[in-house]
Order: sequence, then structure tokens, then C-alpha cells
Amino acid sequence: MSEDTRVPPGNVLRYSFPERLVHWLAGFSYVYLMLTGLAFWSPWLFWLAFALGGGTISRELHSWVGLIFVVAVLLMFRMWHRQMHETAVDKEWWDAIPHYIRNEDEYVPTVGRFNGGQKLLFWGFLWCGLFLLLSGLILWFPNWVPWNLRYLRYIAVIVHPSLALITIGLFIIHVYMGLAMERGALISMTRGYVTIAFAKRYHGLWYNRVADDPSAKNETP
Amino acid sequence: MSSAGFEIRAISGHAGPVPGAGLKREFEVCKLIDTTTCIGCKACEVACLEWNGYSFSETKFDNSYQTMPETSWNYWNLIKFNEHEDPDHGLMLLMRKDQCMHCEEPGCLAACPADNAIVQYVNGIVDFQQEHCIGCGYCISGCPFNIPKFSPDARKVFKCTLCVDRVSEGLEPACIKACPTGCLHFGTKPEMKELAETRAEQLREHSGFANAGVYDPAGISGTHVIYVLHDASNPENYGGLPSNPRIPWTVQLWKHPLKWIGNLAIVGGLLGLVVHYLRFGPKTLEEDKQKKPGAGQ
Ligand code: HEM
Ligand code: SF4
Ligand code: SF4
Repeated sequence: MSEDTRVPPGNVLRYSFPERLVHWLAGFSYVYLMLTGLAFWSPWLFWLAFALGGGTISRELHSWVGLIFVVAVLLMFRMWHRQMHETAVDKEWWDAIPHYIRNEDEYVPTVGRFNGGQKLLFWGFLWCGLFLLLSGLILWFPNWVPWNLRYLRYIAVIVHPSLALITIGLFIIHVYMGLAMERGALISMTRGYVTIAFAKRYHGLWYNRVADDPSAKNETP
Repeated sequence: MSSAGFEIRAISGHAGPVPGAGLKREFEVCKLIDTTTCIGCKACEVACLEWNGYSFSETKFDNSYQTMPETSWNYWNLIKFNEHEDPDHGLMLLMRKDQCMHCEEPGCLAACPADNAIVQYVNGIVDFQQEHCIGCGYCISGCPFNIPKFSPDARKVFKCTLCVDRVSEGLEPACIKACPTGCLHFGTKPEMKELAETRAEQLREHSGFANAGVYDPAGISGTHVIYVLHDASNPENYGGLPSNPRIPWTVQLWKHPLKWIGNLAIVGGLLGLVVHYLRFGPKTLEEDKQKKPGAGQ
């Protein structure tokens, strides 16, 4: 188990310091992107651009923060992709999703370090992030796109906001789960640990593994 | 607000209605360009620079008389030269004065997210307000005529204003004033339309240009700059004038259905979560139940 986090008795380490750092790099950069993006999305929200640096500045920063966000997502990919492949238990978990939604957790199969929903969020942000980057680069430098390649701009103009909307959906559900639904999840991403009850309930397979061998590396689903 | 005192019809990126809409009635203005009497002297190019205070840019030679390949942020008015082999009239040198068309349905304005960065007056002039422009370049994607140009130094976009500052003082645009052949005219839209049709008829009946006609494209509900062309069925010959210009359909999709779908999804999703929380509340663990017996159900 990593040395970088002090885990109080009755708790287990869930996220190491580097994992927490990368997560919040992605989180804060995303929130800035979402708010400035929404400012350019709707005239009713354009005041957000003034609150976040002024129109010209927030337009410029949106692009640079976009690069930071994509770097964070790629780091996340490097840390977690091995644990994010769907397993047989995840399929059972998805089958039990109505129970999960109704908080009937006793009917929900116990899963590994991440459940099916968390895996979907991860892949959703990865793919949306990559295509937001590609379309964002075209929108960033419209004057570099020659007139006979203008179709690239027409594609970017529709792809960028559509994918941004998908990520906003993922983001809202993610925040709701983390702050309101699974009590204790927020501490796991700030201080790094969860209670043993939390670990057993939501990630029993993972808990069995780390309880048997606290030095086990989080490398498998 | 805008520098010109004209009645405003539409404002980019603006929440809610246009203030003071419908207070005054104003004429719709129009510039008429008769390509058949243009001699390509470029007096209008120079007059545009003079009036708007730009110095002459470096020219770019591309095997024609054209000053540069396209208009630029500080060169709003460009005569496009095209050689054309015509079966009836032999080799023709087509000359078309290119600038903002002041569309009735401006794609630039539809695409712009910044409140007040682009305004359209009731008289038809589409005017960029650089002090409100955030330099995002969306207008570049909205325009079917390749007109708005980004200045990397100012980080803002510029284009022809139809000399809104002259017109608001009762003067004609600088290019009109400079034209030595009278191929440029300025007046109200109905007057110019009539003059253009008369000229096109003359060309058809007396000069052997059977396809002569007026360019006032319907796909954007007409423009406030119109052309008389020797061959109105092939506007592309005149330096790539689009035969059926429209606001790009992805821009329309993005600004209309996607906007409403997205807004509904976000608001609906947030409301759904509130209802979910009220109905089911947070998930509880065994340890919570031990601490507070009976809590959580
Ligand atoms: C997941 C992260 C992102 C979100 C949620 C997001 C969201 C948005 C939204 C909602 C808009 C407004 C689009 C519209 O009105 O239709 C926008 C515009 C834009 N985005 Fe993103 N974006 C993200 C990532 C990026 C990235 C990675 C880049 C590029 C490096 C980028 C560059 C741009 C640019 C250049 C624009 C248009 C210019 C502007 O208006 O600022 N974005 N973004
Ligand atoms: S660059 Fe064009 S679309 Fe963007 S704010 Fe300026 S005028 Fe509007
Ligand atoms: S020609 Fe282009 S810049 Fe001019 S009003 Fe039409 S869309 Fe706007």
C-alpha cells in the first residue's frame, strides 16, 4: 500500500495521492471548460464568460484549459485503463441497474474496483475528450482552415457542442453519485480512504483482494 | 450599443428581444454592382482603404490582375478577376467586386455567441461591433461568402461595414463615390432591384447575353448588395460567387434543434436527479444503520 496516504483504522486506501491529483486536475479544468463552454452555448448564460475572465479571455483560456483537461484524461487513461475493461460481473451489475437506482443494493452483485457505471464514465470522458480536442483545435484556429476545407469547420461546429453535451450528462450523474448518493465517496477522492463497510458494499471483490494482501497493486479490474 | 443611430433588427448572442424593436420604420438600403460595366480600375479598393483608415497591404500576384487571393481583415473590398471562354462572346475578363453581401439572413450573426458583437439594422446593414467581439471566429463558419476575417493582432474579426458611418450621415459608401464608370449604385432596395432588372433586360435584348440577370440569392432571403451578371446561371464563374448560398446546415442544426434538445436534456436531467433524491435519498451502509437505528428507510 502506498506510503503517501495515512489511513485511519477501520478504513482502506482507495485512491493514491497521484490518482487524486490527476482526478482533480481533470475535475477543475473540466468545470472551467463546462462553464465557459455554456457561456458560448447560450445567450442566457453569456454572463458566465464575464464572471470567468471576460469574453475574450475566457475564449482564449477555454482552449488552453481544454489542452490541460485532455492531458489529465490521458494520464487517467495511463493509470486506470487496465482496470476499466468490462468483466462478466459488470454485465450482471448492468442487469441489476434498476435495483441500484432504487437503492436496493442487496440485489446488486458485488463488483471489483470500479462498477460498470464508473467504467462507462471513464470511457465516455476519454473518447469525448479526444474528439472534443480534435474539433476544438479546428474551432481554435478557424482562420487557418482554408476555404476549400471549410467542411471541417462545419463538422467541428456540430461535433464539439454535441460531445460537450454528452460529457455534461456524464458529469452531472458523476457528481450526483459522488456527492449525494454514495456517502463516503468524496472522502475517498480527497483524503484517499474509505470505510471497510463502504469497500465491502460497493466494491467487495476489490476489497477482498486488498484485504488479503494490502500491498496488492491496483492493476486488475 | 452600435455607433450608428439606426433602428436595430437583430443582435448576436442576445438573450431576449431586441430593445426598441419596431419603433421606427426605415428604408432598406442596397448597393448595386453591375459587373458588365466594371473596368477593374480598383478605385473602390483604394477608396475603401482611405475611408476606413487602412494602409495599402502587400499585394500577392497570382497570374491575374487581382490584388490578393481573398479579402483580408484590413482589405474589405477586392475586385476578383476571372478569365472565361464564352461560346458566344469569346474570351471574357469577368470582374466582380467582392465584399460583405449584407445578407438579409446573416449566417455570421446566427453563429456569433457574443452579445452585441454583430448587429443587423432594419435598413439591412450587418455591422460588427469589435468592442464586443470575443474573437471566437464562429462568424467565419456561419458566412457563406468567406467574408469575416480574423486579425491575429487585434484578436477580433473585421469586414465591410457598408460604410455605416457614412450612410448614417446621409452619404453613399466610399466605393460608390469613387467608381468612375457608374457601375456602382446605392439607394433603397426596391429602387436598386428595379434598376438592376432594367439593366439585365437591356443585356438580354440588346447585347446578346441571353442569361443576363440579377444576383439576389433567395437561400438567405436576399442580400443588400446585389449584382448584375452577364450570365446569372453561372455565378461561380465570377470568382466563386456561390450559386445557392445558405447558412451551413450544421450551423443551423447547432443553433436551433441542438440548442433546444441540449437545454431540455440538461434541465430535465437536473430535475430528474432532484426527484430521485427526494424519492430514494442517499444510499446507506450497514454502519450507518447501526449508528442511527431505524434511519435510512
Ligand atoms: C470535455 C471538455 C470540454 C467541454 C465540456 C467543452 C465545452 C464546450 C462548449 C459547450 C463550447 C461551446 C460550443 C457551442 O456553443 O456550441 C465549446 C467551445 C469551444 N471549445 Fe470546448 N469543451 C471541452 C473541451 C475542449 C477542448 C479539449 C478544446 C481544445 C483544446 C476546446 C476548445 C474549444 C474551442 C476552441 C471552442 C470554440 C471557441 C469558443 O467559443 O471558445 N474545448 N466548448
Ligand atoms: S469572432 Fe465573430 S462570432 Fe466570435 S464574437 Fe467576434 S463577431 Fe461574434
Ligand atoms: S456576407 Fe457573410 S459577413 Fe456579410 S452579412 Fe452575409 S454572412 Fe455576414
